[in-house]
Amino acid sequence: MNDFDLVRKNLFRRKLRASLMIVSILIAFMIFGVLAGFYRAFTAGEDAAAADRMITVNKINFTQPMPIAYFNRVRAVEGVRQVTFANWFGGYYQDPKNFIMALAIEPNTYFDVYRSEFEVPPDQLQAFTRDRGSAVVGESLAQKWGWKIGDRIPLNSNIFSQKSGGHTWDLTIAGIVKGKAEHVDTNFLLFQYPYFDETRSFGKDTIGWMILQTTSPENNDRVAKAIDAMFANSTAETSTDTEKAFGKAFAAQFGNIALIVLLVVGAAFVTILMIVGNTMALSIRERTREIGVLKTLGFSGPRILTMVLGESVLLALLGGIPGLAIAALIAMALRTSLSNIAPTFAVSPTIALQGLALMVALGLITGIIPALNAMRLKIATALGRG
Amino acid sequence: MTAEHPMVRLTGVAKRFTKGKETISIFDHLDLAIPRGDFIAVMGPSGSGKTTLLNLLGGIDRADAGEISVADHRIDGLSEGELAAWRAANIGFIFQFYNLMPMLTAAQNVELPLLLTKLRSKERAERVQTALSVVGLADRTKHRPREMSGGQQQRVAIARAIVSDPNLLLCDEPTGDLDRQSADEILSILQLLNGELGKTIVMVTHDPAAANYAKRVLHLDKGRFVERELAA
Repeated sequence: MNDFDLVRKNLFRRKLRASLMIVSILIAFMIFGVLAGFYRAFTAGEDAAAADRMITVNKINFTQPMPIAYFNRVRAVEGVRQVTFANWFGGYYQDPKNFIMALAIEPNTYFDVYRSEFEVPPDQLQAFTRDRGSAVVGESLAQKWGWKIGDRIPLNSNIFSQKSGGHTWDLTIAGIVKGKAEHVDTNFLLFQYPYFDETRSFGKDTIGWMILQTTSPENNDRVAKAIDAMFANSTAETSTDTEKAFGKAFAAQFGNIALIVLLVVGAAFVTILMIVGNTMALSIRERTREIGVLKTLGFSGPRILTMVLGESVLLALLGGIPGLAIAALIAMALRTSLSNIAPTFAVSPTIALQGLALMVALGLITGIIPALNAMRLKIATALGRG
Repeated sequence: MTAEHPMVRLTGVAKRFTKGKETISIFDHLDLAIPRGDFIAVMGPSGSGKTTLLNLLGGIDRADAGEISVADHRIDGLSEGELAAWRAANIGFIFQFYNLMPMLTAAQNVELPLLLTKLRSKERAERVQTALSVVGLADRTKHRPREMSGGQQQRVAIARAIVSDPNLLLCDEPTGDLDRQSADEILSILQLLNGELGKTIVMVTHDPAAANYAKRVLHLDKGRFVERELAA
């Protein structure tokens, strides 16, 4: 036997009470895991954003187009290393329910700007740039639909129509895009802007947004000011910001996820904090005499304090770890069906570590008052002697 | 040797309690010497200070004045932490209501004081087995307190008190919650510990029959001792 055995046996001396407390903590950490996973998925773009990458959009909002002529003018701005652009397509496959994140892109520059995130085999990239009617597909999306190179995909748009009146663009898959890191979302389809622009019935010679890479993050401010000043007082004024800020603004469309996570998790934690804290205090009060006996036998005050804190931390871990594990299972189960809105939804190692830190904090906060009381307890008082 | 170096020496000990605005003096100038190997029963009316005396001897309460030495070691100036370590090494406590941990087995209860030592698990197990053998419970190691009678629980408590081989056993009404037969068994064990193993024992009791097992009886009244030798 050792001190840990004593802590464990004390915790489970009332099995029903311990079990109920563990279940309540489990639920709290399950909620935490799921919400934190969502939060991570919504902000993955921010995390993946390169410091030297900026986005230029129409100043009104990013759904409004800009003239394609801006592309070459931005390329000429001092401090800009590379520029590319994209246009939202509003795609779906076979049925409007099957949303496809499809963009019409500038084929020669897009993968240069995103070279740190995406990888396309050179021969596949060459095939893509050569064939105006081709597309490259992210690995996740290709896996989802079982697409492979050479397949012809009828891609529909719920926004654009062709000059011929149809809403379907037939594209040949020329390559599969892989993410260079685990968190990089590859749930997309990219095809050539020239082909799109040539065939669409409206909006010709306009683009959705430009992605530019500066020669150094230190130049970001100056480049942004130069670009926006260049198009000031024009019919399409621009707003240039870092990719991270753009990602944050985009995620904010879904509501303030951080605030929702904070409020829900906070409410759950405060409730559980009060329940567990009160139960721990009650449990220690019931053991006043036994604590007096331990002290009589020679257990020091700090050792008793450590044992009580150990009990509350163990309780938090026994509830919290399975809670996070269940959250991870939920994330795995929902990942496919949520791939369109939260493609990287998962309980990541970072979330697990944050959860562990929260468990320890919960244990220490709920245990500290009973532990201090136990440490300070006078033996004669505890034993009812004197 | 015994007279010059008693196991317990109290010199001019004073102890007062404050209740509201009233101060109650339990001891004013108490002197006491208990030789090594003695077995003393302390009797007296309720409120005479018997339990307070045990608390002072065991270092779980502090005197307001005077000196307290146990085994030639002054304890009245020790800090809380030092007292805890000293108690673990030198004192064995036996309570009226056994005070065993309900979720631990007999062996685990007896092992508790040894968790404060540097003994390895195997050595601790050997000591626990020896202590339980001394009290006649070698075959009850895996039983929990609720699975044992009051007498058996008190024997486990005695094993716990002696497992770290302390100099002094302090017993507070050790038979107060037992029937006569169980009480006699417990007192016989205390006699054995005193006679065969040389443990010095101070036992507080209200029971004259229990006091008869001691070598000496000290009557405590109004903070002073009145001694009576017992026939063997």
